[in-house]
Amino acid sequence: MFVAALFTILLTMALTLVRALRGPTVFDRILAVNMFGTSTVLGIAVIGFVTDRPDFLDIALVYALISFITTIATLKYFEYGSFGCGRREENG
Amino acid sequence: MDLLLDVLSWISLLGGGFFCIVGGLGVLRLPDFYSRLHASGVIDTLGAGLILFGLLLQAESFDVGIRLVLIFFFLLFTVPTATHALAKSALHSGFEPELDDDGGDPSNS
Repeated sequence: MFVAALFTILLTMALTLVRALRGPTVFDRILAVNMFGTSTVLGIAVIGFVTDRPDFLDIALVYALISFITTIATLKYFEYGSFGCGRREENG
Repeated sequence: MDLLLDVLSWISLLGGGFFCIVGGLGVLRLPDFYSRLHASGVIDTLGAGLILFGLLLQAESFDVGIRLVLIFFFLLFTVPTATHALAKSALHSGFEPELDDDGGDPSNS
């Protein structure tokens, strides 16, 4: 049962990777990375249940935190050209 | 009772997997970046929710269950925020969405 769910999650990761490679704009790639992170969270949780080790869920929780921070940091860097120290004039 | 839990978790796990694949296909086939944001939302709310619910049914002890609920709530809060920041940043950098009055087929991909 868990292996079936794991297989669908791996398939979703493959589809997300295709979008990451093909994405015309950089935002598609950031979106694909964000979705890949969420699929990894689900995959780790299911693997934790397959190998019957409940401590995997902590890893999944931490990975969800990191995936979120990665997306926000990439966006911040990409939009302001740096990590927001020198804000450009036109956006006030 | 145990059989009921197994059947219910089978259904929710496969349902969650199905919606994950739907989200994955949606992100591939939707024409425009802004419509792909919707596909990523499908995965995180429905796919993750059903899969984590299926796991919750199989959780023996309380702390495993509470961790699953925490993961789900955390995903529920952070992914919409990330998607919103993504859309704002894309719109801010002058990347116009494909409106239907542009006429003709979507330009990119």
